[in-house]
Amino acid sequence: MHESLKDKLPMFRRLPEAQTGSGSVPVTIDGRPFAAHEGDSVAAALLAAGVQACRTTPVSGAGRGPFCMMGVCFDCLVTIDGRPNQQGCQTPVRTGMKIEQQSGARIAVDAPQQSS
Amino acid sequence: MSAAANYDVAIVGAGAAGLAAAVECANAGLATVVFDEQPTPGGQIYRAITSTPLVDRNQLGPDYWHGERLVHQFENTDVAYAPRSTVWSVTRQDGGFEMGVSGDGEARLIMVRHVILATGALERPFPIPGWTLPGVMAAGAAQILLKSSGLVPDGRVVLAGTGPLLYLVAAQLARVGAKVERLLDTTPRGRWRAALPRAIEFLASPYFVKGLAILRDANAATSIVKHVERVEALGKQSLERVRFVAGDQTEEIATDLLLLHQGVVPNINLSNAIGCEQRWDNAQLAFVPVVDAWGASSVAGVTIAGDGAGIAGARAAQARGRLAGLYAACVLGKFDTVARDRAAVLARAELARFSRGRAFVDAMYRPADSFRMPEGDTLVCRCEEVTAQQVVDAVKLGCTGPNQMKSFLRCGMGPCQGRFCGLTVTELIARARNVSPGEVGHYRLRFPIKPITLGELAALPQTEASVQAVVRIGKSH
Repeated sequence: MHESLKDKLPMFRRLPEAQTGSGSVPVTIDGRPFAAHEGDSVAAALLAAGVQACRTTPVSGAGRGPFCMMGVCFDCLVTIDGRPNQQGCQTPVRTGMKIEQQSGARIAVDAPQQSS
Repeated sequence: MSAAANYDVAIVGAGAAGLAAAVECANAGLATVVFDEQPTPGGQIYRAITSTPLVDRNQLGPDYWHGERLVHQFENTDVAYAPRSTVWSVTRQDGGFEMGVSGDGEARLIMVRHVILATGALERPFPIPGWTLPGVMAAGAAQILLKSSGLVPDGRVVLAGTGPLLYLVAAQLARVGAKVERLLDTTPRGRWRAALPRAIEFLASPYFVKGLAILRDANAATSIVKHVERVEALGKQSLERVRFVAGDQTEEIATDLLLLHQGVVPNINLSNAIGCEQRWDNAQLAFVPVVDAWGASSVAGVTIAGDGAGIAGARAAQARGRLAGLYAACVLGKFDTVARDRAAVLARAELARFSRGRAFVDAMYRPADSFRMPEGDTLVCRCEEVTAQQVVDAVKLGCTGPNQMKSFLRCGMGPCQGRFCGLTVTELIARARNVSPGEVGHYRLRFPIKPITLGELAALPQTEASVQAVVRIGKSH
């Protein structure tokens, strides 16, 4: 179903000027630490980390990844700090953010968990 | 979200049109607020212009950096700017409008006297087999990643589609070191003939010289295959190969990232939901709000500026934003029509200049029918995973329009609310019924136009009327 982080090579690399120009923002992606950058959206951070599929669809279970990067397609839905169905491309990364891939439909009774 | 409860004018969108409108409104002394979904001003064309890590100005080019002056003007006004906010409803109330806005997980209701929609454009759906595979993205998405994060595709990139932006993205990506294996141009043979009557205007437009430069750069950057008739994205879990057909040639190439683009269309979700009259534009193959020369829509008090009122590009959008701002200032009594018309002369000249050549571009890069109306198992609705065949079959069963299609197939009822399937579904139905897309119509969109949580709704302050409504029901039992 999900491709794990270590199996994928990054699909995007950061330009040298972008590596030095902005501050590092530590986040976790499915529990694994990743150094995102200031100015990254969650979807950008996922692509920089080599995550192509960030969720599976509720209908067929097919993997999906960020497609439009401008808030239109809703394909980059992820769980952020326990809150499911967040648009990854519309959410800037924050220090300590917990980003998780999302599987199928969300469970209706799940209450959002507070991040520690 | 830092916004007061009342404003004279609310502008939705901080791209070229929204920023220009805001500057005019502020100069006229109107209390103005700008809501925008992005964290920084600039819209999609000038995306991240205040924060981009790409400091070498050649990388993104002068058309991008043109936005700097506009953003600077905007930042020097006293306009209230609410980034990262989504407007999900606009309803008439007490002679003005009540707007539902969410930001950072909190919803607010804000009262305004006049609304300017500057919601811009989105990429036209490009439904090919496999377009939902991870590793297939919109070409604009790669540009956004480059502008805001300095991220460049790593691996073998293939671009497919038609239109100037596709070539621009190819040139930009190559400039920053991406490996662009191939550009598959899907512009059908013979488009020149169709576009020829508009060519003289185009040759005299600012787009001609720019177009030549982009073509030259793209040609130097990659190998271009012309008149591509079919494109398929292949792979199991994610994209592995791209197969294409051009004339007698069928080829499969190993690909890490496929970028698709066949033009942009107006983002009409908000104007449609408000009830602004829309018409089918057969030259742009899209629904476009009906507006007058100032951008005023069929709903009094709602003005539409920029690409959201019909695609004309960033420079035209800026001029249309100024006109919309001047119009709002006049309607709200800041100056009379004579002063308004005098102040509009420059913007009108700009608009005329940057509208020249558009008809040529529309005719030349009109996407082929086969890339707009797919067949068989190709997914049309990405959210609910509805295929082209299912849509056509539903028409045979008597489904005549996109709104009934929702009850047949749930098509357009996923989280994107029809943004990525609306045009495809309308055109498929129109072809199957042998009527015009205008007759078929678009999805009827309703508030909230973007998903919000029940928690956000419940936390909104209750009006006297809504409290009494509940109390009355309680008493009657």
